[in-house]
Amino acid sequence: MTAVTEHIEREVAIVPPKDHTPVIRSLDPSDFPTPTSRDEEFRFTPMAKLRDLHKGDVPTTGGMAIAVNKVPGATFELSAAKTGERQGFTDKIAAGAWASLDSISTLTISADAQLEESVVVSIVGSGAVSYGQLDINVGKFAKAVVIVDHIGDATYAGNIDINVADGASVCVVSLQDWDAKAVHLAQHRITLGRDSSVKHVSITLGGEVVRILPSVVYTAPGGQAELLGLYFAGAGQHAEHRLFVDHSEANCRSNVVYKGALDGADAHTVWVGDVLIRANAVGTDTYEINRNLVLSGGGRADSVPNLEIETGEIVGAGHASTTGRFDDEQLFYLQSRGITPDEARKLVLRGFFEDLLSQIGVPEINDRVRNSIETRLGGHI
Amino acid sequence: MSVIEIKGLTVQVTTEDGPKDILRGVDLTVKAGEVHALMGPNGSGKSTLAYAIAGHPKYSITGGSVTLDGQDVLAMSVDERARAGLFLAMQYPVEVPGVSISNFLRTSITAIRGEAPNLRHWIKELKESMAGLQIDPQFAERNVNEGFSGGERKRTEILQMELINPRIAVLDETDSGLDVDALRVVSEGINRVCAKGETGVLLITHFTRILKYVKPDFVHVFYDGRIVREGGSELADDIEANGYAQFVTA
Repeated sequence: MTAVTEHIEREVAIVPPKDHTPVIRSLDPSDFPTPTSRDEEFRFTPMAKLRDLHKGDVPTTGGMAIAVNKVPGATFELSAAKTGERQGFTDKIAAGAWASLDSISTLTISADAQLEESVVVSIVGSGAVSYGQLDINVGKFAKAVVIVDHIGDATYAGNIDINVADGASVCVVSLQDWDAKAVHLAQHRITLGRDSSVKHVSITLGGEVVRILPSVVYTAPGGQAELLGLYFAGAGQHAEHRLFVDHSEANCRSNVVYKGALDGADAHTVWVGDVLIRANAVGTDTYEINRNLVLSGGGRADSVPNLEIETGEIVGAGHASTTGRFDDEQLFYLQSRGITPDEARKLVLRGFFEDLLSQIGVPEINDRVRNSIETRLGGHI
Repeated sequence: MSVIEIKGLTVQVTTEDGPKDILRGVDLTVKAGEVHALMGPNGSGKSTLAYAIAGHPKYSITGGSVTLDGQDVLAMSVDERARAGLFLAMQYPVEVPGVSISNFLRTSITAIRGEAPNLRHWIKELKESMAGLQIDPQFAERNVNEGFSGGERKRTEILQMELINPRIAVLDETDSGLDVDALRVVSEGINRVCAKGETGVLLITHFTRILKYVKPDFVHVFYDGRIVREGGSELADDIEANGYAQFVTA
């Protein structure tokens, strides 16, 4: 790809341990100051388009319709009570969602269950301001694929907590296939037990503003996290993903691959990948990569990998980020075989995402994602 | 009977020091059924000629003409040239991540033939062509040129030529980087296309090695952006024996 800006590093200097800024953790939105674009975490976010969700106190005006298919080994329930222990959220939006919501959705995958089909949780908006909390609890040694499908129109702050017990393995795909005007803000918090693994996939195709914050915490050695993302931002769309992988245990792995395309005026994508390898996390192996393809003028892709390493006793750590336009040599090659410029660009764009789709490995979403991107391209490219 | 006629072709590239003339008046005619070898030292402009014919945007035509069966090639876009019957086998074919060989070839063939090939016939055709070039059938599902060795890339270029069956094929140093076995396989592929008599071949090469397998009807020596000597295959023997230096002052 012809790089407009390119930044590739495999070797990263080891920085001395430093005090991490104390993070407010709370379930009460009043514990947080109202964020502004001067805050590091929000510096790329269009605050004016958040419909005040960042103030943490916008009243609910309606609910989301939630439907789940029945899969043996999985149970789904809605409960009104905010019982049990829950770790505090790290920003006012998420805490505001918790404070405002009136029911919690819990998907439980039984211990040892090996699900034979994907669980699909459909979350359908009808234009209202709405809040949600989905807990996905994966029992010991269970194996499951869960697709959380967000469609319709909404102003929605909805968090997902994914708890993966020892030895379990889960793939959670969050599809943001909203109508054009939706606003969706979410924290996806993953907690990994011993020798457990998660594949977390965020696919953002629709919505005016989508801001997803996936984070991974390891509670025991041997955890593996694969964080994959695919996003497409058309004119006026803002698609933001901020990841945080906290390597606090020994011998854990993380691998991050996010790819996005931008098309049209004011299309804005943000990818921030924070990885912290704490002093005791020896044997860590981590790599993160973000690639952006700018299809037409006027788009902006922000891509910020951050790797902080407090121990040298690791297997590997690295990151890469590229943002570029179509590669002229690729287009020439395809056109020299009779393929029209439009078709050549479509082939390259499809190809750009195809590797990622096979890495995601959930075939039932492939056609949907491919078609959605081509529809959103609106026949031009 | 197809014919490409190149007359007085001059080409510039843009460099940091401003425009630079690369081709300084090329005259060349290639007819279907003929094999022309274009030989010359590095930097003589051979590849520029190939890319200029194919329409690479990096090269600007400053004079002369190129016609294919009377049609103005220089007025066509890159893809129009290919659909008109021109084919360029590249020296360094690029990778196209995520696009399988099979998808790429089907898309190309559909564009060139003007309709999608019958699926059953197409699979058979592809299998046979791949077998002829000793390409593992599994290559069809691999991404275009991704992780291919030099030899695999060149075989894949010739595979495309066989399937497309162009009127005029320009092969840009297809022999470079091939071991003897691969050179033989690739040459057999070129000869199969030549034997049909429907394709004119312009074989661009630095070395005479490939000419032991693909017999040229005409040999052109290229130097400093123009053809400086023309002859039959005996000219290649002369180059083999005495090198290019003898033509430098020509």
